[in-house]
Amino acid sequence: MSAHDEGIERDVMEYDYAIVGGGPAGLACAIRLKAKLPEANICLLEKGSEIGAHILSGCVMEPGPLDELMPSWRDNPPAICVPAGTDEFRFYTRQRSYKLPTPPQMHNAGNFIVSLGELCKQMAAQAESLGVEVFPGFPGRHPLIDGEGDAARVIGVRCGDMGREADGTPDGRPGDNFAPGVDIHANVTLFAEGCRGSLSKQLIRRFELDRDAMPQTYGLGFKELWQLPEGRTTPGLIQHSVGWPLDNATYGGSFVYHLDQDRVYVGYVVGLDYADPRFSPFEAFQQFKHHPDMRALLAGGEIIATGARTIIEGGWQALPKMDMPGALLIGDGAGTLNVPKIKGVHQAIRSGMLAADHLAAAGEPAGYDAAFRASAAGEELRKVRNIRPGFNRGLWFGMANAALETVLGGRSPWTLKTHSDWDSLNSLAAARAHDGQAAMAANWEAERSLPPRDRLASVYFANTAHEEAQPVHLRVADTSICATRCAEEYGNPCTRFCPVGVYEMVDDGQGGRQLQINASNCVHCKACDIKDPYQVIDWVTPEGGSGPNYQTM
Amino acid sequence: MKILVGIKRVIDYNVRVQVNREGTGVVKDGVKMSINPFDEIAVEEALRMKERGEAEEVVVVSVGPEAAQQQLRTALAMGADRAVLYQAEEEIQPLAAARALLQIVQAEDAGLVLLGKQAIDDDANQVGQMLAALWDRPQATFVSKLERSGDTLKAMREVDAGLENIEVDLPAVVTVDLRLNEPRFVKMPDIMKAKRKPLDIKPFAELGVEMPPQLEVGAHEPPPKRQGGTKVESVAALVQALKDKGVL
Repeated sequence: MSAHDEGIERDVMEYDYAIVGGGPAGLACAIRLKAKLPEANICLLEKGSEIGAHILSGCVMEPGPLDELMPSWRDNPPAICVPAGTDEFRFYTRQRSYKLPTPPQMHNAGNFIVSLGELCKQMAAQAESLGVEVFPGFPGRHPLIDGEGDAARVIGVRCGDMGREADGTPDGRPGDNFAPGVDIHANVTLFAEGCRGSLSKQLIRRFELDRDAMPQTYGLGFKELWQLPEGRTTPGLIQHSVGWPLDNATYGGSFVYHLDQDRVYVGYVVGLDYADPRFSPFEAFQQFKHHPDMRALLAGGEIIATGARTIIEGGWQALPKMDMPGALLIGDGAGTLNVPKIKGVHQAIRSGMLAADHLAAAGEPAGYDAAFRASAAGEELRKVRNIRPGFNRGLWFGMANAALETVLGGRSPWTLKTHSDWDSLNSLAAARAHDGQAAMAANWEAERSLPPRDRLASVYFANTAHEEAQPVHLRVADTSICATRCAEEYGNPCTRFCPVGVYEMVDDGQGGRQLQINASNCVHCKACDIKDPYQVIDWVTPEGGSGPNYQTM
Repeated sequence: MKILVGIKRVIDYNVRVQVNREGTGVVKDGVKMSINPFDEIAVEEALRMKERGEAEEVVVVSVGPEAAQQQLRTALAMGADRAVLYQAEEEIQPLAAARALLQIVQAEDAGLVLLGKQAIDDDANQVGQMLAALWDRPQATFVSKLERSGDTLKAMREVDAGLENIEVDLPAVVTVDLRLNEPRFVKMPDIMKAKRKPLDIKPFAELGVEMPPQLEVGAHEPPPKRQGGTKVESVAALVQALKDKGVL
């Protein structure tokens, strides 16, 4: 806690359970807890301006866990909810595409294409009707920890202050409308922040929760909602691709989900372990959209919404310990997503429900980690543990390995290693030595015909907003290396991996270059916190209600 | 004195509004809704007057759909004392809104009505003025500074020529402009308290305002797309381009 906190009086609110994050894991946990323990006082904090505002997911959902949690959800489906139809899996080259057999994990019969943001709104309504206090617009800012060393215990969470003004110091100073964030004290605090949660990150470090885990690994996903001319879509059709514009060494692929009313979700996911510092994930997505197959689908259509979010891909072997004194990590805050299925929602719901069941039975966090690993959700992760790391050796090895692992059903006696993303970049000099995707991207922008024109035109459709006077929430510990060491070694990759152009190198007025952070564009994807090669960027929660306002995403 | 504040549920100002495919209106499904920002400023001003001892009670009222309860709850969390929703699922046009407010003002015996100068959805800027005429009381519109002195209000108005200071006798209608104040942040304990404050929901029909729509909307269209600009290499090329356009 900073020096700024001295002398600030904060209200304290007491709860039995406090949940940080209004995504599927946190909401599932809240609903299940209230069902098991009707007398319990439960609150749920959400940093977005409303539930769903910061939710971005593909999303094809396996309905089983939701059916168990909220059997009535099918009677009142979310605003976008289309039963899955045919699955298609293709390999792309620059001009053509080839149909591949759909991997068994990617069969979607019985699943639903949904807007996860809309689904979360309905889950939140259910939680509120049961008596859970849901607080959108209130971010968790610091975990509250009592005691030192082995006696340390999480006792709650401090909400972010409102009305701070930037003054050159990291936390700024209280402005005229300053409202201090309350301290929430809870018997158990559940961190359900999603991929690379800012408080979860602190807790993993503080309690060394990743001591026995392999390095966590991530992807960066983009998504656009398009309204197309009539008659081009096949509602329920689910298309995935690998290949162009990514080279064999770079992990990633596309999704196209056909909705009703001539709408499609179009998206692209790139492994953040890519090696070429000149690579721009956003450009890769835009290139993909200009493949002849895609151009035929999209030309003449209109973008309704856009967004970007990182995805946690480390799976079984990178899963940190999920319990600690006084608190639990659940959902993608821990990393429960199933990569080969490209699905995290059912796993997040399971982990939230399991947390509720565990707390209702055991009364304390200890033992949740073991319970999760032994559960169906844990078993699902263990079985596919070797598939994502297989792609570290390229697309074709990865596919062959995936086929083998699928046949073995996870019974292979080995566990492949994961690696961290921040140290996977080659130097600029090495990248220049062999021409990678970046060279292709450089020659390519001119022929772009589909919107958006660039990242700024894209972020316009994310409805993102941050009060301009607040302190910058992207904390760069050392900006002196930007113009020197980083420019030389990697050519400032932050200016390319950020999906919305938050980071810019500008003229410093003295003949040099300096970093400019356009924090108000941030869509809270966390890619910078993950991929920055010097690990000097710390993403912290801005003022409550800031960030994207995703609608039907 | 009792202050009545009218609030309208509108599409949030951060949301990019889209015309629906049929061109009959804008897309509202799954879209974030909020208090009309000018109405939020009106709520804040009412609360400040009460905190200064210039009013005893702040009542917030909305005419609109059932879901407008959310916006009334927000106003209660800011500090309003109680709320009333006259539930109407159909669109209420400005004159009907003014007539409805007249009934409410008289039933509540309000000494001051504070309204946003306009709603950001239809931008009509009519209800406050119409209400003052129907009520036959003074109005101060586009107010950016407000002080009570006894039975009069001193108001600074934002007008085309600059600022205008006027005095109006109470009871009166005041519509507020952007610079009047900056609304407070809602605090978490106050959200809890707001859940226990009275919020009455009554049918719109109870007001006895029968009003066929006065305005008919022909069609909704998005604004024409802007054409991209071009760069020219030299001043001569710029001059030529302007001549070609017939500007020079």
